[in-house]
Amino acid sequence: MKRITDLDAEIYDNYEQDQEKRIQELDQVTIRFAGDSGDGMQITGSQFSATTGIAGNAFNTFPDFPAEIRAPAGTVAGVSGFQIHFSREEIHTSGDFADVLIAMNPAALKANHKDVPRGGVIIVNEDAFTPEDLEKAGYTSNPLEDDSLEVYHVVPVPITRLTVEQLKDVDMPEKEKRRSKNMFALGIAFWMFDMPLLPTEQWIEKKFAKNETLKKANLLALRAGYSFGHMTELLPIHFRIRTAHLRPGLYRSITGNQAISLGLVAASQLANVPLFLGSYPITPASDILHELSRHKNFRIRTFQAEDEIAAMASAIGAAYAGSLAVTSTSGPGLALKTEAMNLAVMAELPVLIINVQRAGPSTGMPTKVEQADLLQALVGRSGESPLPVIAVRSPADGFRKAIHAMQIAVKYMTPVILLSDGYLANGTEEWKLPDLSDLGDFKISFRTEIEGFAPYLRDEHLARPWVKAGTPGLEHRIGGLEKQNITGAVSYDGENHQSMVQLRAQKIMNVQKEVPDAVVLGSGRSNILLVGWGSTFGVITDARLELAEEGIHVDQVHVDYIHPLPANLGDILRRYKHVIVIEKNMGQFAFWLQGMYSLQVEKFNQMNGKPFKTSEVMSIVKALRSNI
Amino acid sequence: MKIETLHYSKSDFASGQEVRWCPGCGDYSILSAVQKTLPELELEKEKFVFVSGIGCSSRFPYYMNTYGFHTIHGRAPAVAMGLKISNPDLSVWVVTGDGDALSIGGNHIYHLLRRNPDINVLLFNNAIYGLTKGQYSPTSAHGTVTKSSPYGSLEEPTTPACFAIGSGATFVARTADVLVKHMAQLMAEGYHHEGTAFMEVLQNCQIFNNGAFDSFLDKEVREDKTIMLEHGKPLIFGKNGDKALRFNSQTFSLEVVETAKVAPEEILVHNAEIDNPVLHAMLSAMKGPDFPVALGVIRRVKKPVYEKLLHQQEEDIIQSKGKGNLKELLQGGETWRIDDAVVDPVLLQ
Ligand SMILES: Cc1ncc(C[n+]2csc(CCOP(=O)(O)OP(=O)(O)O)c2C)c(N)n1
Ligand code: SF4
Ligand SMILES: [Mg+2]
Repeated sequence: MKRITDLDAEIYDNYEQDQEKRIQELDQVTIRFAGDSGDGMQITGSQFSATTGIAGNAFNTFPDFPAEIRAPAGTVAGVSGFQIHFSREEIHTSGDFADVLIAMNPAALKANHKDVPRGGVIIVNEDAFTPEDLEKAGYTSNPLEDDSLEVYHVVPVPITRLTVEQLKDVDMPEKEKRRSKNMFALGIAFWMFDMPLLPTEQWIEKKFAKNETLKKANLLALRAGYSFGHMTELLPIHFRIRTAHLRPGLYRSITGNQAISLGLVAASQLANVPLFLGSYPITPASDILHELSRHKNFRIRTFQAEDEIAAMASAIGAAYAGSLAVTSTSGPGLALKTEAMNLAVMAELPVLIINVQRAGPSTGMPTKVEQADLLQALVGRSGESPLPVIAVRSPADGFRKAIHAMQIAVKYMTPVILLSDGYLANGTEEWKLPDLSDLGDFKISFRTEIEGFAPYLRDEHLARPWVKAGTPGLEHRIGGLEKQNITGAVSYDGENHQSMVQLRAQKIMNVQKEVPDAVVLGSGRSNILLVGWGSTFGVITDARLELAEEGIHVDQVHVDYIHPLPANLGDILRRYKHVIVIEKNMGQFAFWLQGMYSLQVEKFNQMNGKPFKTSEVMSIVKALRSNI
Repeated sequence: MKIETLHYSKSDFASGQEVRWCPGCGDYSILSAVQKTLPELELEKEKFVFVSGIGCSSRFPYYMNTYGFHTIHGRAPAVAMGLKISNPDLSVWVVTGDGDALSIGGNHIYHLLRRNPDINVLLFNNAIYGLTKGQYSPTSAHGTVTKSSPYGSLEEPTTPACFAIGSGATFVARTADVLVKHMAQLMAEGYHHEGTAFMEVLQNCQIFNNGAFDSFLDKEVREDKTIMLEHGKPLIFGKNGDKALRFNSQTFSLEVVETAKVAPEEILVHNAEIDNPVLHAMLSAMKGPDFPVALGVIRRVKKPVYEKLLHQQEEDIIQSKGKGNLKELLQGGETWRIDDAVVDPVLLQ
C-alpha cells in the first residue's frame, strides 16, 4: 500500500515538465485539517471526506474537538482537528499518522506536527505566524524559520491574505472575509489530491442558498485555493489515489451516532410501532437525541428528560404503553439509570439502552475514547440482573446493531444494552445504503386475547406477553417486587425467588439463538488469536492485514455480542496457544472471557483516551513473537 | 359494548388483592374514595393507569382493578410521562407519598408540574416515612421525634401545595383522608382538569405519626382551624362563619378578621383561576395557630398541556413535511453511486 511517506525525498526536487508525470499514484493517504475551533475545520474535513467518497474511495474519519467549548483563540487547547484516512481499498481506521497536515495557525502546528511522520507534507497558513500567535501557541521561536521541521516538506502559504484578496469585490467586512480561509485550504487539498470541486460547490450553493454574499465568498475562496495550487506549483507533484474497489451501490458518509439513530427509525418503520426516546444530554451521546428529534414525521417521540433516571423511567412507561422504547446516554448517565434498568428487568419490558462510552470514571475525559463501561453494562446493577449486551464495531455497523438490539428486546421482553463509544460516535465511514427489503421484518404482536391471559405467561423463549396499557380486558399490575411466575402476583416466597432468578437468567441465555457465530478472520492457522470487541474492530483488522503483508500471520475474532456470547466462541478460543484480548480498559472483556470459559488470556490494554494505533497493535504481536 | 360496560360500580375497581395496610391507616379511605369516584367518570376501565413509586401509599395500584405500575422510589412521575406521551388517551394517575414525591422524587415531580401533562397526582402526605418504619420526612414538623431524629428533627418542613405552585402547577388542591366526600369530589375535579392535577391528601399514619393533623382536622376544631376554599365564594370559616380572611395591602399579607366586624367587600373572594400565583401561595402556606389550613381547590388555571403540544407538533410536521419516508431518510445527506465501471474522479468535474 503506497503512501506519501514511501516516496523518495527527491521527488519534490525533480521538476517534471510533463503534467501527467507530475501526478503520483498512491494507495492511501491520511490528511488532517487543524486550526482554531473557530476556523471551520470540522466542516472542511467532512467536505473533504464526502468528496473522497464521491471520488470512489473508501474513507474513515475522526474529528478531534477541543474539550472546552470556548478555549482561548490561538492556544493549543483551542485546536480543533479533523483527520481523514482514504484509500483505494477497504480501510478500517482513521489512520495512525497524518501524511499531510494542513495547519491554520501555530497552535494547530504545535498540537499536531508530532503525528506527521518523517517525509510528510505540512501546509501552513503563514499569515497566522505572527509573534503574538506564536506566543499564544507557546513557541519561543518561529518554527518556519528554524530547523525544527526539517524532516517534513513544509509549504507556507499566505492563506488569509490570498483569501481576503480574492474576495476584494465581495461586499462584506474584512473580518468576515477571513472566515472563508478554510475553503481556500480545502481548495488546496482538492488540488493536491486531484479531486473534484463540484460536490463542495453544490454543497455551498445549497447551504448558503439564502445568503448570496456568503455563497459567493465561499465559492470564490474554494476555487482560489484550487487554482493557487495549480498555478503556483505549490508542490512539484500532486497525488491521485488509485480507484477504490468498493462494491457497487449507493453510498453515503455516516457517523456512529447517526447510524444508530437511523437504525432506530428503521426499526420503528419495520415494526410499524412508534418510537419513544427518553434522553438527557451528555457527550458523546447527545447527537442521538439531536438526530432523532428531527424525525417527528416518522412518529418518533423524543423526550428530553430532567435527568438520566427520568430518561430511563420514561422509556419504561413508554414500553408499558406499547412504544418501542429507547434511552441514550454515556457512562455517568448509565450509572444513574441502573435502578430503573432493574425495574425493566423485573417488569420484563423491552427497552433499548444505548451507552456511548467515554473516558471515566466520573466526568473523566468526556470527549475521549475508552471502553471501560463494559463491566458496568454486564453486571453493574443490584441483585441478579442479567440482560443482553451488544457492541457496535464500526460507525455504520450501528445501523444494523440498533435494529437487532431492538428486535431482541421485544422478542425476549427485556432491556438490552447497546455499547458504542466516542470514536464510533463521531467518526465517519462510507456506508453502502442497505436495500430496504434486506432489512428483514420486525413483526410485533401485542397481546389482546383475554382468554387464558396471565401477565407472566411464558412463550417458547420464556418471554412474557406484551400488553399495551389500555387494552380492554387485560388490566393487570406489574412492578419491581418479586413476582410469582405466570400469575405475576407479588411473592416473597424464597423458593419462588430462586426459580425466578434462574428463569430470568435462562431467558437471557436463550438470546444466544439470535447471536451469529463468531467468525475467525485470517488464515485460521496461526497460534495467535487477537480478540476485540466494539470500536477496536477496525484497528485490529488493519493490524492483522499489515502484519500479513510483512509475512506475520495472526488470526482475529471480533465479538459483537457480549452477553450472551456466541455459542462457538469458547471452542475458538481454546484452539489457540495465545489469545490476546485488546481493549481500551484495564482488561474487562478479558476478565469476562476468563470467567465464562475458565481459560487464561493475555491482555493488551490502553487508557490514553485515543483510539489504538495500528502500529501499536502490530507491535504487541511482534513483541509476543520475539518472546516465544 | 363499551356503552354498557361504562356502568361500573365501586367493586369493579377493586382488584381483589388483600389490602395490606395497617388497620386504621388513612390509606384505606383514600382507596375507597378513588374506587367510588372512578365509576362516575364514565371512562372505560382499561383506560385508567395507576403509577406509583415506593412507600405504603405506593402499594395503591395493587388494589385497583385497572392497569397499574408499582415502579421505583420517586420515579413514578417520569414513568407516567412516557406512558402519557405514548398514549394520551390513558387516564394516568400518579400515587405517591411525601417522601416519594418530595424527597427522592422532588426533581421529577417538579418537572412534571412544570410541563403540565394531563396527569393526576395523589400525594398521600402522612408527614412520615411509613414503609421504612417511621423516619421523619420532608413534611414532618420541625422537632419531630422519630427513630432517625430521636432528639427532634432539625429541618423546616416543606408545604407541598406551595412547592407545587412554585413549580408552575396548574391545579393544586388539598384534602384529607377524613373528608370522605370532599376527597371524591376533588378527585373528580382533578380528573376533569386539563393539565397536571396536584392533589395533596393529608393522611394519618396510625403507627408512626398518629394524629399529626389532629390540631386542625379533629372534628372538634375543624371548622375553626380549616377553611374550605370555593372558587368565587368569600373566604369565610369558623363555627357559623364567624371568621374571614382579608388582604392587608400595607403588610402584603393575609389576616383573619371577624366576619361581623368588617364590611363584606373587605372579605377576600377566592379566585382559583387567576394566573398570578401569589395569593394561591399565601393560601397554601396558611397554618395554625394563627391561620386556618386551606382545603379544596387552591389553584386551577389553563395552560398548554404537554402531550397535546407534542402530538400537535407531530401532526403539524407530518402535514408540512409529509409522512416520513425511510428510503429518503437513509439517502439524506450526500450520497454517491459507485458503479461497476471504474470511476475516474477527474471526470466528475
Ligand atoms: C432507592 C430507594 N431508596 C430507599 C428506599 C426505601 N424506602 C422505601 S419507601 C421509603 C419512604 C417512603 O415514604 P413516603 O413516600 O412518605 O411513603 P409512605 O410509606 O409514608 O406512604 C423509603 C425511604 C427504596 N425503596 N428505594
Ligand atoms: S405504616 Fe402508617 S402509612 Fe404505612 S400502612 Fe401503616 S399506618 Fe399506613
Ligand atoms: Mg409518607
